[in-house]
Amino acid sequence: MRVMAIVKANEDSEAGVMPSEEMLTEMGKFNEELVKAGVMVGGEGLHPSSKGARVTFGGDGERTVIDGPFAETKELIAGFWLLQVRTFDEAVEWMKRCPNPNDDPGAIEIRQVFEVEDFGEELTPELREQEERLRAQTEQAQ
Amino acid sequence: MGGDDARRAIDAVWRIESARLIAGLARMTGDVGVAEDLAQDALLAALEQWPATGVPDNPGAWLMTTAKNRAIDRLRRGEMAARKEEQLGHEVELRARLSEPDFAAIADDDIGDDLLSLIFTACHPVLSTEARVALTLRLVGSLSTAEIAAAFLAKESTVAQRIVRAKRTLAEARVPIEVPGAAEREQRLASVLEVIYAIFNEGYAASGGEVLIRVDLCEEAMRLGRILVGLAPREPEVLGLVALMELQAARFPARTGPTGEAIPLLEQDRSRWDFVLIGRGLKGLERAQALGRPLGPYALQAGIASCHARARTPEQTDWERIVAFYDGLATITGSPVVRLNRAVAVGMAFGPAAGLELLDQLGSEPTLAGYHLLPAARGELLERIGREEEAAAEFARAAAMSGNERERELLQARAEGRR
Repeated sequence: MRVMAIVKANEDSEAGVMPSEEMLTEMGKFNEELVKAGVMVGGEGLHPSSKGARVTFGGDGERTVIDGPFAETKELIAGFWLLQVRTFDEAVEWMKRCPNPNDDPGAIEIRQVFEVEDFGEELTPELREQEERLRAQTEQAQ
Repeated sequence: MGGDDARRAIDAVWRIESARLIAGLARMTGDVGVAEDLAQDALLAALEQWPATGVPDNPGAWLMTTAKNRAIDRLRRGEMAARKEEQLGHEVELRARLSEPDFAAIADDDIGDDLLSLIFTACHPVLSTEARVALTLRLVGSLSTAEIAAAFLAKESTVAQRIVRAKRTLAEARVPIEVPGAAEREQRLASVLEVIYAIFNEGYAASGGEVLIRVDLCEEAMRLGRILVGLAPREPEVLGLVALMELQAARFPARTGPTGEAIPLLEQDRSRWDFVLIGRGLKGLERAQALGRPLGPYALQAGIASCHARARTPEQTDWERIVAFYDGLATITGSPVVRLNRAVAVGMAFGPAAGLELLDQLGSEPTLAGYHLLPAARGELLERIGREEEAAAEFARAAAMSGNERERELLQARAEGRR
């Protein structure tokens, strides 16, 4: 199964403070371990929400764009891993091993990824076509 | 920690640690069977103690220390000297190895070497392919015997026997647990790749009721392949195999219809392909190509799969590039089946007449004499240039040769112009 491990933001990540050298070294080691164990499928770190934006949907069809930063730091995300694991607990065990050299308070949220077959009949041909267009664009961007 | 939670946590730790644990113990004891027994001892100890104490901070080191203590106990009781004449020397050496610094203190590189040695040993050519597959899944994949049996639709006792015999064969042949030297490396690596691809194909070829378990088998093969990439990142064939598996697995959600029937590649709903795997496969293939060495059979097959993966619609397929990859593959393998596939690709790239010419040359190939896909391919190309009667005759011939009922029906339908 595929699992996404979502790293929650903290004040430093939101302030755009770059991780310490120690943190980078430890995180590099951890990532290497994930790669060597064959569980790493992908992962990225995100810029702070001050460089982000939100599109909000009013109930009446209204769409509003709000530029970052956003206030509720702990609810924001700072990065993610995409892991291929045999059981959900395996992903939890891996994330327990995520380095935190300065003992900063924080959280990693672990969620199972839907795969196409999980949608079953809900994924109509029209939705699939839409998904395909999206993917075509994503691939061209790479 | 409740008993259930503890079990789940131990299971998760085990999946992460067991291969490295067995690999380290195999290096120390020189015997994968002994190593596995010691690892199992450590697992039992964890199951006894962790529900009360909680999972230790460094569970890998805990398991290794426990296993080493068990090894010393067994040594004292004289249980580990299988061959009397070697007992003394073996014991002295073993004691020295067991007194090495703790697992956690050993450099990462050593752990990598241990794991690579274990993989090479489990895939040693002295074992049959099915023995290698079972042993690799057990020792490196940390699957239980029951899980392996379920995945291969075999009896648990059969798989257990196979593993016991494989370990005995390795011990009797005195196969050293090491990464093979340069002279042997290519052939031994081929043996490892063959095992991983066999595991993948076991899952990939499946359809019907067992789909779920068998998708797991494909995922396990990809995981083993990725581990191997991490351990041997400069081997183009390792990268090629992983790319090939990822590109093929990407089509998994699209390759069967609602009633479990197989859907041919060119008729698949491409929106169901898995773009994460496609992205990884394409990148892996690029890495293999960037190593600048001639591509081997796995990388070339990944190349062919990449042409399909890049095409948003079947019409966009770069058949000329596919032909080029088949050229390489035909040169290396000399296989008539590869030449048949190449002829089909030529037919797509340069027109049916060119493809037919190549197929005609294959007509006298003895190994293809009863192979239904040869007349099926001829029928396809003949139909495209409007020689319909000849096409029908070829489809009828193909139908008569096919061993698969469903396929026979499809071919018969085409022979009768019903499709």
